[in-house]
Amino acid sequence: MEFPEELKYTEEHEWVLVEDDLVTVGITDFAQDSLGDVVFVELPEVGVKVEAGKPFGVVESVKAVSDIYAPVSGEVVEVNEELPETPEVLNTSPYEDGWMIKIRISDPGELDELLDADAYREFIEEE
Amino acid sequence: MLKRTALYPAHREMGARMVEFGGWEMPVQYRGVIEEHLAVRHAAGLFDVSHMGEIEVKGPQAEAFLQELCVNDVSRLSNGQAQYTAMCYPTGGVVDDLLIYRFDGEHFLLCVNAANTDKDFAWIEQVLEDSDFSAVKCRNVSADFAQLALQGPAAVTILARLTDTALERIASYHFYEGLVAQVPCILSRTGYTGEDGFELYCHPEAALTLWRALLEVGGDEGLLPAGLGARDTLRLEMKYPLYGHELSPEITPLEAGLGWITRLDKPSFIGREALLRQQEAGIPRRLVGLLLTEAGVPRAGYPVFHGGEPVGVVTSGTLSPSLRQGIAIALVRDGLQRPGTLLDIGIRQRRVTAEVVKTPFLRK
Repeated sequence: MEFPEELKYTEEHEWVLVEDDLVTVGITDFAQDSLGDVVFVELPEVGVKVEAGKPFGVVESVKAVSDIYAPVSGEVVEVNEELPETPEVLNTSPYEDGWMIKIRISDPGELDELLDADAYREFIEEE
Repeated sequence: MLKRTALYPAHREMGARMVEFGGWEMPVQYRGVIEEHLAVRHAAGLFDVSHMGEIEVKGPQAEAFLQELCVNDVSRLSNGQAQYTAMCYPTGGVVDDLLIYRFDGEHFLLCVNAANTDKDFAWIEQVLEDSDFSAVKCRNVSADFAQLALQGPAAVTILARLTDTALERIASYHFYEGLVAQVPCILSRTGYTGEDGFELYCHPEAALTLWRALLEVGGDEGLLPAGLGARDTLRLEMKYPLYGHELSPEITPLEAGLGWITRLDKPSFIGREALLRQQEAGIPRRLVGLLLTEAGVPRAGYPVFHGGEPVGVVTSGTLSPSLRQGIAIALVRDGLQRPGTLLDIGIRQRRVTAEVVKTPFLRK
């Protein structure tokens, strides 16, 4: 299982790519593996305000429904429009083609709460 | 403590994801539900279904006893034949659905749902006690059997490589006792997938040998081990009921669309009076097959609406791997079962339109 060093992670198994005040969000390799075959993705509209720790979308595999939580608060500025059409991309490319949304962050302090790759790996080993 | 089948070591070895099911620790998937599902539809899949329960019924009055216990007509069975049936309570609600195997007129084997095995056995014992069938002997022989289901269009070809039994002479819903990979088995031409195939009953000590031999000779035919995840999506595409979802003490076989196995023309069986009353009064609810007309995955428990009014509930749902559309079985008010009827399923905050369709969902 891969956890790229340049990304940050949450305990709800999202990854976060930080570029200045813009963050890209997706689900981790661990999350997609646990879910199994992803068959449905529901994402918010551009312009929606999301709040750290609150669900912003839904991913469904054949067997299960999973909420996706916002890792930081802010405004959704871009959505991966292709994902609902090709949800299986979350299994095959969770960190690249499987990106979900981009958020313009409202509180940069929230970034300090995120885990680095080593801490996340440790977290899932304990779970 | 969860029970484990004799094949547990093989599941671990193959990296299966294990889940609790009916008190057992079972493989839900090996490589992926969709891949395993499609392997069964287009080649073959091998399932560990050793969690299923087996109850032996023996004695001179065995047939008459089963005739009273079950809704289908046991007297239609010949030696070497199997029958799908159900046991009901006097209320008409379902105790369990099961297969009856007839070895001879005084020897039958019942295959029941894993989670219900103890309940079923207690029920059978109680019925026996309250009846005049004192010569009938019932035993819970679940621990004597492992069960492997080999299912799919390539199943017969694969099985033929490991047995001298003339498989072409075992018709659907018939069985034969023979050797597979030198392991004594009951070869039953039955299944829960809608595909041709066999369910193989053997002693638990021989189950690993049988499992490995089948996977080895089946590899070049595309045989994959398949988990309970695929078993569920496969049965759903056929609208086969699953106890606890489409069948329960609160649902009658008539409501569940099992009128075809419910022989109200038999002079007597447990539940008959209640079912006759329901038949005469009008069956209040119907199990329908729903095909979603837009994106979404229906799940058990989601509400069903008609013109904004609640009319029932989804009992099982999934994304059909074959159709790539959401499909559901729902228990809805009588009158809404005609194909073409449009209903709405409540999926979280949305109402998603679904059409009542003829089932099975998948037609070959």
